[in-house]
Amino acid sequence: MAYWNDYYTPHTIEEAVEILGRYEGRACMIGGGTDLLLEIQQGHRPRMDALVDPTRIEGLDQIVEEDGWLVIGAGVTHTRIVNDPRMRQHGTCLVESCGVIGGPQVRNVATLAGNIAHALPAGDGTIGTLALGGEVQVAQASGLAWQPMEEIFIGPGQSTVDPKRMLIARIRFRPTGEHEGSAFRRVMRPQGIALPMIGMAARVRLAGEQITEVRIAIGPAAKVPLLAVKTMQALVGQTPSDKTFAAAAETALAEVQLRTSRHRASAAYREEMIRTQLPLTLAKAVERAHTGQAEPEGVGA
Amino acid sequence: MSDLKLQVNGKWVELDVPQSRYLAEVLRYDLGLTGTKIGCNESECGICSVLVNGTPVNSCIYPAFKAQGAAIITIEGLEQDGRLHPLQQAFLDHGAVQCGFCTPGLIMTAKALLDEKAAAKQPVTEHDIKVALKDTYCRCTGYQSVINAILQASGQDVKPYIPKTKAPCQTIGHALPNPDSLAKITGRAMYTDDFVFPGMLYARTKRAGVPHARIRHIETAEAAALPGVRAVLTHADVPGRQNHGLVTVDWPVLCSDKVRYAGDAVAVVAADSEEIAAAALELIKVDYETLPVVDDPIQAGQPDAPIVHEERPDGNLLKHIKVRKGDMAAGFAAADVVVERTYRTPMTEQMFLEPECSIGVPRGYDPTAFGGTIDPAAQRGVQYRHDKTTIYCGTQIPYLDREQTAAALNVPPEQVRIVAALMGGGFGGKEDIAAQIHVALLAERTGRPVKMLYTRAESLLFHPKRHATIIRIKTGAKRDGRLTAVEAELYGDGGAYASLSEKVMTRATTHASGPYDVPHVKVDCYAMYTNNTPCGAFRGFGVTQSCFAVESNMDLVARELGLDPIAFRRINALDVGGTTCTGQVMRESVGLQECIAGVEADMRAHHTALGEAFRWSWSEGRKHYAWGIGIGYKNTGLGGGAPDKASAIVETGVTDGQVWAEVRTSSAEMGQGLPAVLAACAAEELGLPYGQVRVLLGDTDHCPDGGPTTASRQTYVSGNAARHAARTLRARLQQVVADHFGQPVEQWSFADGQFSANGTRAGLVEAIEWAQASGQPTWEEYEYWAPKTQPLGTGGDMHVAFGFGAQAALVEVDDDTGAIKVLKIVGAHDVGRAINPLTLEGQIEGGIIMCLGNALTEHFINEQGQAWTDVMARYKMPSIKHTPEIISRIIEHQTADGPYGAKGIGELSSIPTTPAIVNAIANAVGVRFCSVPVDQDALLLAWKAGETECLCGWGYEH
Repeated sequence: MAYWNDYYTPHTIEEAVEILGRYEGRACMIGGGTDLLLEIQQGHRPRMDALVDPTRIEGLDQIVEEDGWLVIGAGVTHTRIVNDPRMRQHGTCLVESCGVIGGPQVRNVATLAGNIAHALPAGDGTIGTLALGGEVQVAQASGLAWQPMEEIFIGPGQSTVDPKRMLIARIRFRPTGEHEGSAFRRVMRPQGIALPMIGMAARVRLAGEQITEVRIAIGPAAKVPLLAVKTMQALVGQTPSDKTFAAAAETALAEVQLRTSRHRASAAYREEMIRTQLPLTLAKAVERAHTGQAEPEGVGA
Repeated sequence: MSDLKLQVNGKWVELDVPQSRYLAEVLRYDLGLTGTKIGCNESECGICSVLVNGTPVNSCIYPAFKAQGAAIITIEGLEQDGRLHPLQQAFLDHGAVQCGFCTPGLIMTAKALLDEKAAAKQPVTEHDIKVALKDTYCRCTGYQSVINAILQASGQDVKPYIPKTKAPCQTIGHALPNPDSLAKITGRAMYTDDFVFPGMLYARTKRAGVPHARIRHIETAEAAALPGVRAVLTHADVPGRQNHGLVTVDWPVLCSDKVRYAGDAVAVVAADSEEIAAAALELIKVDYETLPVVDDPIQAGQPDAPIVHEERPDGNLLKHIKVRKGDMAAGFAAADVVVERTYRTPMTEQMFLEPECSIGVPRGYDPTAFGGTIDPAAQRGVQYRHDKTTIYCGTQIPYLDREQTAAALNVPPEQVRIVAALMGGGFGGKEDIAAQIHVALLAERTGRPVKMLYTRAESLLFHPKRHATIIRIKTGAKRDGRLTAVEAELYGDGGAYASLSEKVMTRATTHASGPYDVPHVKVDCYAMYTNNTPCGAFRGFGVTQSCFAVESNMDLVARELGLDPIAFRRINALDVGGTTCTGQVMRESVGLQECIAGVEADMRAHHTALGEAFRWSWSEGRKHYAWGIGIGYKNTGLGGGAPDKASAIVETGVTDGQVWAEVRTSSAEMGQGLPAVLAACAAEELGLPYGQVRVLLGDTDHCPDGGPTTASRQTYVSGNAARHAARTLRARLQQVVADHFGQPVEQWSFADGQFSANGTRAGLVEAIEWAQASGQPTWEEYEYWAPKTQPLGTGGDMHVAFGFGAQAALVEVDDDTGAIKVLKIVGAHDVGRAINPLTLEGQIEGGIIMCLGNALTEHFINEQGQAWTDVMARYKMPSIKHTPEIISRIIEHQTADGPYGAKGIGELSSIPTTPAIVNAIANAVGVRFCSVPVDQDALLLAWKAGETECLCGWGYEH
């Protein structure tokens, strides 16, 4: 069954955007395709005349350090992120989140850019990137522009990055440095649901015994990947402790919108998971900020 | 079309193919490298894994042009200069190859791991293997043998895990690889979709899509007019019998007046390509008058329920099955404790990794007429003439396929031939007709071979599954632990057609008081028609469901009595002299007490090794641990008065001075290891080395009828047929030798492959040559009849034998999430006699893991007659990461009529695991699940709320 006709592997961003323009909405960007192709195949998305694969665009197939950012090209797979020593040390929660997507065969092909473009409220890599304060570089006919990642999400599966006209060319974040740490946790059920019951990530900076900066992402906890802003604000200036984290979980519960999703998770269970898992996530991030040790956990689980 | 350049297994190839191709399609269909299998087409099962520049990817969903210029390695690229890759050798040695369909994917994924670890100069650990193979599924092995094989291939000294068994005979009792394993590990094995016939067309089925509707009109003209479409058939094109069915002939070949479930077939199309056939389906318009849907077996029995089959006399009642023993009033009056609960089990899916595929070849087919020269069937080493309608397919019952196809074609059965290809798993799901009749009709209509390969989604939608059940069970016992009475009521959701519902639910009913000697038993079972997917055979055959209910109740009664769960079971366990609930007196071969004792010993040994006393449950930090036990039994053979027979031919010959033998029977191999059993039986009787015996299965023109491959029966019946055929043939050869020397045959004896008398000797080579010279046949056909059994309700022996088993599960429950991990299973199974401990252990481990899935992960969800479970991603079977440590004991209480004392094992090990796990969870956290699969969401909420019982497994409407 032909789900597309032409398959392009352009060598420049301009060429990719030009092909999209030429097809006038009948072509679509494809990352690893591990979600996109299934959605087309299963009738959840229309079939395309052309697919545009950015993984061979020069420069987009690597992770580079640039002006104090860690920059991940659109062609970089989850496996590459998981195995990269810089990512493991300075973007631990992203490694942990990318390390639990699918199995190795999927991670060997699926890209982080594709995961973000998919815009699922609980996309693992998306949650990890969001907590790190990630930005995305969107390419379109008018050129390239960086924007904070949280600004692109509109609703479940929807973002301002229209894959028929644009692509996420790069993703970047400020690497965690001294007194900083990050962590990701998620809860999956073993039955036939490929999406997490809930996932969350945190990035923490300490000064002495005080939290000075913190970012927390949770999904699914809203129609878009949620940045738990109120919880973040409440934590700044606090001293890390079980009590602080328990209070943070209660604050988070006040700002999330938990739903019961059929066959996936009940709202009550998700509430309980924020209560038990968010403190553990924060504690792990703080521990890493303290020790500087950041060996990712749970990769491949 | 565009140029695609790939380096495949070291050779550059250039192809002019559409850019819409997936890599798996290019490999399989353009390059003929059919060792790469497609299991799901949704990047879920991992068995299509190949290496792209050294990295494993799911080739089924990998655009071929994404691989432009890349180096690809497939299973065919592993053998070097005729030498197996260490992984291939290790998979052979460890019996990690069963149906073989997933094997290439497992090996390729493992190769990437080994290469990566070797490059990093790191050892391979079990954890590494579980990470690397997490999403590469196997439904047969249970993964323990896979893990051990990979460890061995990485250079570690890991021996195959083979439990201790009785001292072997010459061949029987030795651990030997299945004869077909070599083809499976090299990618040469031919499954149905691997055959390509010149001139072949591709077919698809138009399915109802609605669960219950009257058909007003079917319009096919537009589809038929689509260029490339060669035939569109509806019910009007079925020349013979309109329905098929294994027991009740109620399943339309193509629906005419109404559809009764969403997977019903309404029309079939054959076209020049699969794309055209699929496009044609969209052009077929069916005008339906939708009808109310009945989707629950209890609702189906209500007076106002929609009726699925209006012509039947009893509404939606498919069968009411009864067991009566003793006096219930007396039984419960004698009880000090009575426990009554209702349990639910879900519809579950066999999820064999090979979707159904059939190829019909028309009578008189000539490949040269289509420019072809090669008969692909010749790749099996057999020359085929297509002088009759021939169907290549994976099937568990070739002769019934033949009969049902012939009936639909309106020809005598002898004018149809079934050629069983290798089967990528079955587990009961390949007993009913799939596309066999459709491809035969299309082939005869078009005069061309026609292939019908189901997509995974279609396979899920169409084929019969395990019955969902609702089981109320009431158990009474005396203070001293003696069971006094069991009363049970079962409802089974049979779905839209009868399939094997009557038989399956009979087995659920007759096993509903467990493997216990209970004086008073009353069981009523109602198998009901609904508009759900039909339900039929699935490993365990109804007993999986009732065992869960029985064994859950047993733990509840033990608690009420204050008795140890093991002690309580030992008080009541069947033994020789005991009587089953159907009135069968056990005269021999009841190893249940020994199984329970063995499991108890292994549970205790677990703690002894840790220097601590045995305990049922404990907590460490935020984890809770406990053991749980389940015991079960399963009949061997059809029983219930059904004629239970199997025929086999054993032929011998001499080629280049070496004797060979071939066993032929229609009995099916689906990964359970039957060829190994048959070859061993023939080798043993003929005194031949195992490697000199070939096995040909499932060709109705060459193989006599072995009957259905079901009911854990083939080792027993076909094994016996092969044994007796070989023995009879040997006797004839002995006569030939005696005649040759002019001596009375009684003076001759046979040992170690030689005939001897009074110092004179003759080998098999001479015997066979003398026989041939004197015009005597060097083959023998034997029809084995199992001992007669009695129908249910008439007392006496309902079954020829039972397998018995006990298992204990050690589980861990996470305090924060409710997540459940099974850490260890100890099992002991009385199999009568271990014919081949290697393949036997594969069956045991595979059954345990399958049943672990039943307890924790699997539920085929129907909602209002529509499958929510419409893709593989929505049905998780256990993966390698779920595999616990498995400790296995084999108990051998031989049964008199079984070959060398053997009875069935195919289903037994997949029965007690569910209650063992669920009982363990109850022991760990005090919450008992009366429904499976256990839902961690509901578990956690119940637990935190202080509730102690849940009837709300995953996927049920709460």
